[in-house]
Amino acid sequence: MTATLDRVDVPGAAPSRRPRARGRLVALAFMAPALIGFLAFFGYPLIATIGFSFTKYDLINPPKWIGFANYEYMFSDKLFRTSVYNTLWFVVVLTTARLVFTLGVASVIARLKSGVGLIRTLCYLPSLAPPVAATLVFFMVMRPNGGPVDEFLDWFGIQSPLWFADPAWAKGGITAVMLWVSGDLMIIILAAILDVPQEQYEAAELDGAGPLRRWWHITLPSISPVLLFGVVNSIILALQLFTQAVVAGSAASGSAEATGNTKYLGYPENSTLTFPAWLYTQGFRYFDMGYAAAMATVLFIVSFAATAVLVHRMRKNSHQEEGGPGA
Amino acid sequence: MTGVWRRRLDWIAVHSLGLALGLMFALPVLFVILTAVMSDSQAFTAQLWPREWHWENFVEVFDKAPLLKYLVNSLTYALLATAGMLLSSIPAAYALAKLRWRGRNAVFLLVVGAMMLPPQVVAVPLYDTWSSLGLTGTLVPLIVPYFLFDAFSIFLLRQFFLTIPQSYVDAARVDGCTEFQTLTRIVVPMAKPGIAATALFCFLYTWNDYFGPLLYTGEKPDQWTLSLALSSFKGMHHVQWNLTMAVTLLIMVPAVVLFVLAQRSFVKGITFTGVKG
Repeated sequence: MTATLDRVDVPGAAPSRRPRARGRLVALAFMAPALIGFLAFFGYPLIATIGFSFTKYDLINPPKWIGFANYEYMFSDKLFRTSVYNTLWFVVVLTTARLVFTLGVASVIARLKSGVGLIRTLCYLPSLAPPVAATLVFFMVMRPNGGPVDEFLDWFGIQSPLWFADPAWAKGGITAVMLWVSGDLMIIILAAILDVPQEQYEAAELDGAGPLRRWWHITLPSISPVLLFGVVNSIILALQLFTQAVVAGSAASGSAEATGNTKYLGYPENSTLTFPAWLYTQGFRYFDMGYAAAMATVLFIVSFAATAVLVHRMRKNSHQEEGGPGA
Repeated sequence: MTGVWRRRLDWIAVHSLGLALGLMFALPVLFVILTAVMSDSQAFTAQLWPREWHWENFVEVFDKAPLLKYLVNSLTYALLATAGMLLSSIPAAYALAKLRWRGRNAVFLLVVGAMMLPPQVVAVPLYDTWSSLGLTGTLVPLIVPYFLFDAFSIFLLRQFFLTIPQSYVDAARVDGCTEFQTLTRIVVPMAKPGIAATALFCFLYTWNDYFGPLLYTGEKPDQWTLSLALSSFKGMHHVQWNLTMAVTLLIMVPAVVLFVLAQRSFVKGITFTGVKG
C-alpha cells in the first residue's frame, strides 16, 4: 500500500550515467508499442468520436456534417432521458450502497480475531464470477414463486416483489448483484483499515473512547483517501453499467434470443436501460453512429470530470503525506 | 468480571456477524452448485437439496450448445490477450517506473486517463475501423489492442516495479547491463508476483468480458465466447435452470482455480490498485 498514484520521481535515484539523448531513445523504444496503441485505440478514436458526433453516419454512407443536431436531438429523445435517469439512479444509489456495504463488511472483518482469511475469501469469491453469470445467479435466487429469497421472505410473511420483472424493483435487483460482486473494493478498504496504526487506537482507548467512537474518529478519517477512491471508482462503475443491466433485462423478458436484442433491452418498461445500453442500441442496432458518438462524448466529459477529481485529490493527499509540496 | 463477559459477548457478536456475512456471499454460489446437479423439474421448485444427483447435466450442456467451440474462442481471446499484454506492458511499465526521461509524468497521466475511459466512448470509430478492415465478426479486434496498449496493466505493473529498490537497477547498470538486460534479468524476476497478479487480472477481465465480444461477434454465433453464449443459453432452452447453472459453474471454475492457486499475489494486486493517497 505504499505505492501512490503520482509518485513519479523515485527518491534517491542515481542520476543516469549515460548521455541524456540516448536515455530518451531507450525510453522511447520501450514505450513504442504502448504509444502506438494509445494513439490507435484511444487518441484517434476519442477525437473521431467527437468528430462523428457532429455528423449523421450509418457506417455505409459517408458521414454527413449536421452540426449540433445530434446534441439537440437528445433533448427530445424520451429514451435518452430515461437512460440518463437510470444511470444517475445507479450513480447515486449504487455508489452509496456499495460504499456503505463494503465499509460495513470490512469493518466487521477487521475486528475478527480468527477466521479472517476464510471469511475474506468467501466475500471475495463472488467478484470472480463473470458479470453475466452473477446476474443470472441472482435472477435465479431472487425469482418469484419458489426462489430461495422468495421463500425466505415468506417465513416473515413478506410478499417478495417481482424483482427483475417489476419496473419499480429491477434497478434494485441489479444493485443487489453489484453488491454481491463488490468483494474487490471490500478487500481494498479492509487493507486500509488494517493499516491504521494501532497506537492511535490505544491512545483513544486510554482516553475512554468506545469502539464506535474510535471507528468514527480514527478509522474513518485514516482511510478517507481509500474511501474517496471507492467513491470515484463506484461512480465510474455506475456510469459504465452495461452487462448486468442488459443481461437482467433480457433474462427477465424471457426472450428466446437474449443477446443484445433491442426489443428487450431495458425490460421491464425501460427501467434497466442504462446510458451505455442506449448508446449501444443507437450505434450498433439502429446504426445511428453519429448520435451514439454524441452520447459517447457526453459520457466522456462526465467520466473525465470524475477522474480529474480523483487524480487531483490523490495528488493533494500524497503531498500532505510526504510533508507538503516541495518536501 | 463484567469486563471479561463484555469482551466475550463482543467476540461472539463480531464472529457471528462475520460468519453471517461470509455465508451471505457464499450461499448463492452454493445454490448454483446444487441447482446444477438437480433434475430439470426440481430446479423449478423451492427445494434446495437435490433429490437425485444428475451429474450428467455437465455433459448434457455440451449437446445443447457448441460449448467446446465457445470454450476455444474464450481461451483464444483470454490467453492471446494476456500474452500480448505482457509483451507490450512490461517494457512500457519499466520505462515509466525505472527510466528517467522528459515527458514521463505527462505520459503516465495519459495512461491513467485511458484507464478510466469507458469502452463505450471509443467504440464507434473503432468498430468503424475494424469493419472497414473486414475484421468484425472475428476475435481479432478484441485481441490485437492488447499487443500494443493496455492501460490498466501498464498502471498496475508500474506500481509493482516502483517497489523494486532503485539500487538494484543502478547496480546492474554499473555492471554494464543494457536497459533490456536490466529489465529481463533484474526487474522481471524480482517482480514475478506482481506480474502474475497483473496477468491474472487481464485473463479474468477478458475471460469475463461481455461488451467486447457482443460488439464484435454478436452477429456471428460461431465466434461467440462463453460469456456471450451464457447470456443466450437460458433463452435458447426455455429456462432450464439446472443446465444454465451447470454452464455458469463451468465458466466460473477456471477463475476460482486461478484465484486459489495465486491467492497471495491476487490479494496483493487488489490492495495495490486501491492507491492509498
